Amino acid sequence: MSEHNKAPLLRLAGVHTHIGEYHILQGVNFEVPRTGVTALLGRNGAGKTTTLRTIMGLWQASNGTVTFDAADITRTKTPDIARSGIAYVPEDMGIFGGLTVQENLRLATLDGKFDEPRLEWIFGFFPALKRFWLRPGGTLSGGQKQMVAIARAIIEPRKLLLIDEPTKGLAPAIVQNLADAFVELKAKNTTILLVEQNFNFVRSIADHVVVMDDGRVVHSGAMAALIEDEDLQARLLGLHPVARA
Amino acid sequence: MSTASTSSSAATLADPLAALPGRKTDLVPLLVIVAFGLAAMPLIGSSSTWITLTVAALAIGMMLFIMASGLTLVFGLMDVMNLGHAAFVAIGAYAATSIVAPINPWLTSESTVQNIAAVVVIALVAMLVTAAVGWVFERLFIRPAQGNHLKQILITIGAMIILDQLVLVLWGANQMLLPLPASLRGSLLFGDVAIERYRLIAIGVGALVFAGLVLMLQRSRIGLMIRAGVENREMVEALGHHVRRLFVAVFVAGAGLAGLGGTMWGFYREQFTVSIGAEVLVQILIVVIIGGLGSITGCFAAAILIALSTNYVSFLAPDFALVSNILVMVVILLWRPRGLYPLAAQ
Repeated sequence: MSEHNKAPLLRLAGVHTHIGEYHILQGVNFEVPRTGVTALLGRNGAGKTTTLRTIMGLWQASNGTVTFDAADITRTKTPDIARSGIAYVPEDMGIFGGLTVQENLRLATLDGKFDEPRLEWIFGFFPALKRFWLRPGGTLSGGQKQMVAIARAIIEPRKLLLIDEPTKGLAPAIVQNLADAFVELKAKNTTILLVEQNFNFVRSIADHVVVMDDGRVVHSGAMAALIEDEDLQARLLGLHPVARA
Repeated sequence: MSTASTSSSAATLADPLAALPGRKTDLVPLLVIVAFGLAAMPLIGSSSTWITLTVAALAIGMMLFIMASGLTLVFGLMDVMNLGHAAFVAIGAYAATSIVAPINPWLTSESTVQNIAAVVVIALVAMLVTAAVGWVFERLFIRPAQGNHLKQILITIGAMIILDQLVLVLWGANQMLLPLPASLRGSLLFGDVAIERYRLIAIGVGALVFAGLVLMLQRSRIGLMIRAGVENREMVEALGHHVRRLFVAVFVAGAGLAGLGGTMWGFYREQFTVSIGAEVLVQILIVVIIGGLGSITGCFAAAILIALSTNYVSFLAPDFALVSNILVMVVILLWRPRGLYPLAAQ
């Protein structure tokens, strides 16, 4: 493996982010390897969403560095970060309610044109999109919006997907669909940084895990190791055997 | 999935870019405007007077729409409250007067073609001048106040005063003349109804600008970005598009359109002072608010509604003309608090 391939795809080193007078990220350090799914876990208010927004440049890091594919993107503007190969699915999905599904996806293409084979590949994940193709985004259900949001993120080949709590508020059947889609994306060598609170969802799809608390990383390592260590789960995530069942 | 929907999807997906969004058009506001116009007919009494007032209102409404269209996009796209927008109207009208002398042979020619060409050249130059002023205005006054409404209101009102004073320095305090060429003057007779030629031209230009803007917003990639940016600016950036650059382009184009509106308004009045912009500012703001912030269709419908109410009330009860605008705004906002054609919720 070359040196380039051994280097992590994304690295956060000593990242601090302030929002107004609040000091949210307090020296975040972690790496996302070039392959697989990395789960970013932690309780509410731990700083997970702020971490994703800081990576995307939507909030500026006040200190530290964010390195993506060997380039420093700490001060890079959000559109340029997106064009460098990072796609972002925010917690509220960011669907344009007045635009049709087609227009939502077309906006995410770099030249305004669809790559037909890729579109068909996406319809393979989410066949329902064909039915909603000309329907305004604002009329879709939560699960349908999540499909559009993820389809929009992968309509162009991206090096990294940042996905913020995709299962929030979704019915169990839709969550299972999403899990299947992530597994298939992973199989197609798409690297994902996934923020989640639902440990049962990520344990089946994530390869690596980063746990945050109070704006800092308190654990990072292989997901398999965390799954094996129930005491660590209890300590980091507050999961007890009943909750894990 | 039904067979019908499957075949329709397949046809659409074969050429996704060719497909236009299948939206339902909300006709209720347009029907309300038509009903409002028809309801005024028995009050006015004479049908020829009603037609004259209505055509005049349509012409004024189109000019108001042209002046307000850029402002509504700027409001919607960047949440910027530019109360200095009226200065672009004045600059457009004044810039037009400066072209009159060099192009006078065409303006005074007996050829209709040369007359029309002269007006087109005057309007284009005025638009370019106003667009250039808009670009400087954005850098000097809008950019430093980004994200702070109170600052925007104060700075843009101050900027309008500065620009008005600059107009006085450059062109003087005398009343300016912008005479229409001979072939565009006068009226056309339809039975016992006389309709001014220039009003028909204003209606035509307004309709063209509206159609052009709607086509641009619905069919072009820039239009797609603008519509998306009006809803969720941050997400458009996260998809790789520079909304800041788009905003500057929209601001400059909006200033140019205000300049076109100012030129048309100047030709309509034929003589004016620097207050030509400030005089229409309140109406422009009412049009933007009741149309629905960021909505071109709403801006168009609201401009016609405001012009109709002003003209009818000016005829029936002149003292209440301006009050009628406020009354229309209150009624519309009670009916549709987000305007006639609100944009989709974020």
